[in-house]
Amino acid sequence: MRIKTALLAAAAIIAAATPATAHRQWLLPSGTIFSGEGPWVTVDAASSNDLFYADHNAMRLDNVKAWRPDGTEAELKNAATGRYRSVFDVQLDQPGTWRIGSTQSGVMGTFKVDGVEWRLGPARGPAANAPNRVATVAEIPTNATDLAITETGGRNEFFATLGAPSAIKPLGQGLEMVPVTHPAELVQGESAQLRFLVDGQPAADLKVTLVPGGKRYRDSEGVFEVTTDADGVATVNWPMPGMIWLNASLRDDKPTTPRATQRRLSYTATLEVMAP
Amino acid sequence: MKKTSLLIAGLVAAPATSASAGTISITIPRLNVAEYHRPYVAAWVEPAGGGAAQTIFVWYDVKLQGREPGTKWLSDLRSWWRKGGRSLKLPADGVSSATRAPGTHKIALPASIKPGQYTLYVEAARETGGREIVSMPLAIPAKGGSVSGKSELGAITISAR
Repeated sequence: MRIKTALLAAAAIIAAATPATAHRQWLLPSGTIFSGEGPWVTVDAASSNDLFYADHNAMRLDNVKAWRPDGTEAELKNAATGRYRSVFDVQLDQPGTWRIGSTQSGVMGTFKVDGVEWRLGPARGPAANAPNRVATVAEIPTNATDLAITETGGRNEFFATLGAPSAIKPLGQGLEMVPVTHPAELVQGESAQLRFLVDGQPAADLKVTLVPGGKRYRDSEGVFEVTTDADGVATVNWPMPGMIWLNASLRDDKPTTPRATQRRLSYTATLEVMAP
Repeated sequence: MKKTSLLIAGLVAAPATSASAGTISITIPRLNVAEYHRPYVAAWVEPAGGGAAQTIFVWYDVKLQGREPGTKWLSDLRSWWRKGGRSLKLPADGVSSATRAPGTHKIALPASIKPGQYTLYVEAARETGGREIVSMPLAIPAKGGSVSGKSELGAITISAR
């Protein structure tokens, strides 16, 4: 019984900790390369299995932000959430490369107080109705033992370029992609290099998954993987032009949250590959 | 007023005769389609050994302003946009001008192109239509040569004068 409970708890933690394995979270911009004066990019945001078909859940827009090339934040316009997808617009009022997307962070796990198991987790999700639950790390009693606390961090973004591209600066925090080949330079038939960093350091041996959109109109899912080298650089040869979904995740034991024991990071991007 | 602008156009075109770099002629095919719009067309040269592209001309809807200005669709000339269009400040004197009707158009190669071996690219993109890019070797001073597009571009020829 005890083992069963523990297994269930473990299953709940795994389920809560890896939402991306069930459904892919995606942003689908109307374009990534723009000309003219103050054009608008309009974006669909959702989670689903197949890319990019909004047939499961809308993405919450609470954490979605748009940053101009100079680093200032721009307003999301016309944001709305429907049954299967959210939408929002951004007017590109500054030339250069914009970063648009969301960040996610959280902590979850288990600990024991006087031999009784407690959960740490949000008020929604699988652990919401657990009898012994706390929502924040601060609520964990000082006499707690057997701490198994995971910090999670995620980023999901795309880059939009108006006019000439500008450099994409590393953020130095969590798992991120710093393109060597600029996102406005992705062309079928030309290999691209994408660099991945963890806390600003090269993420070596990282498995990166890529899924081209438009699955409904072909037989194979088209998913393929690349692995980063010692400098964190992955080389990608694009199988087809179009919007492509990129995802990578890793686990380490370098959480930044006090009392957390491990960390899980994920990175997602939508890239547009042009026809030659 | 109209006469003045014609005169100015004449002045802009004037280097065509004085420059000895050569001339390219570009044919925009007449297409039998329900909805026809004149294509956006750009031409540029790239040094054969690699190096920066130099735009010879770009034809786009220069007059269209307002909510959706003519510059909005310049990125549809996707190769030109990437090779140099996106860093060009428009309108650009002697480089950008209005779209042109079907027919053959002669354009002088600018005297600023240094003698050497190049590749000439011509790209066309049409609203509610297709997009095509053609290329051919180009020597400066120009000797000659020709190539033909299949859909959005017709014959393109290079001549010494």
